[in-house]
Amino acid sequence: MQISYQGQVALVTGASRGIGRAIALALAQAGATVIGTATSESGAAAISEALAPYGGEGRVLDVRDGAATEGLVEAIAKDKGAIAILVNNAGVTRDTLLMRMKDEDWAQVIDTDLSAVFRLSRAVLRGMMKARYGRIVSVGSVVGLMGNAGQANYCAAKAGLIGFSKSLAREIGSRGITVNVVAPGFIDTDMTKALPEAARGALLEQVPAGRLGAPEDIAAAVCFLASPAASYITGETLQVNGGMYMQ
Amino acid sequence: MSSLEEKVKKIIAEQLSVSEDQIKPESAFVEDLGADSLDTVELVMALEEEFEIDIPDEEAEKIRTFQDVLNYIKTHASSAS
Repeated sequence: MQISYQGQVALVTGASRGIGRAIALALAQAGATVIGTATSESGAAAISEALAPYGGEGRVLDVRDGAATEGLVEAIAKDKGAIAILVNNAGVTRDTLLMRMKDEDWAQVIDTDLSAVFRLSRAVLRGMMKARYGRIVSVGSVVGLMGNAGQANYCAAKAGLIGFSKSLAREIGSRGITVNVVAPGFIDTDMTKALPEAARGALLEQVPAGRLGAPEDIAAAVCFLASPAASYITGETLQVNGGMYMQ
Repeated sequence: MSSLEEKVKKIIAEQLSVSEDQIKPESAFVEDLGADSLDTVELVMALEEEFEIDIPDEEAEKIRTFQDVLNYIKTHASSAS
């Protein structure tokens, strides 16, 4: 299957490294004009460098900042054209057992990983409704389905994405806009490198594929759902986890 | 018909995919013109954009017919006079 996003503008949050970077590159290589966001100037510069050959660029955005989010979406619409593809990838973790979890550990993860998706989706919808076309893909997590000790905040946010996406999919399905989630399993990124060796080993034993996932494995699933070929798939959660968890 | 009426009628026709002669002053968007809730939200957004006004939700709920739109814009939009 040959997928092309020629002439489409894509916004990918958290695109400076890991899964977001792989998604931004894959979309750009297939012809999309990709804007990738990072929280820092250096992150945005790295994205610009990576996407320059394809006409894309990096921008600074803290997804917790609602006004900045609106501003960026407006600026992109003006400079590049209305956003056809939104990939909500930016996320943080503040892992700790619930009894030790501080209010700010909870609030920060919910705000960045869930509330930001609401704000970004709302911001891009006006353009998508007008175009009668749009693709919203949010990066969830296998732990949003399984639960995970020490990640009550993160799991709540990632599970929340699923209910959010199903609701929005129902609201705007008649307008050619699809809303889906890709739920990665254990992927080889900075986020999972931070885990202790013993925890990594124990996790790997749970994966029938016998290996960690690569960011490109996730990018491939996101690219499919973001393509015209996936127009009849909406409100769905696609699990990409090497068989670690099956529904 | 004034230019305001023409402008509003054109927006309604476009948003609800109906022909302009179907739209009478008393035409209700949902009951007469077949709009669903999303259509009415889109219509309000299109009116806000065209007339550079902000229509609060509680006001938007009361706008049910072509005439309601005209009345609202006449009293709220500076560009309508």
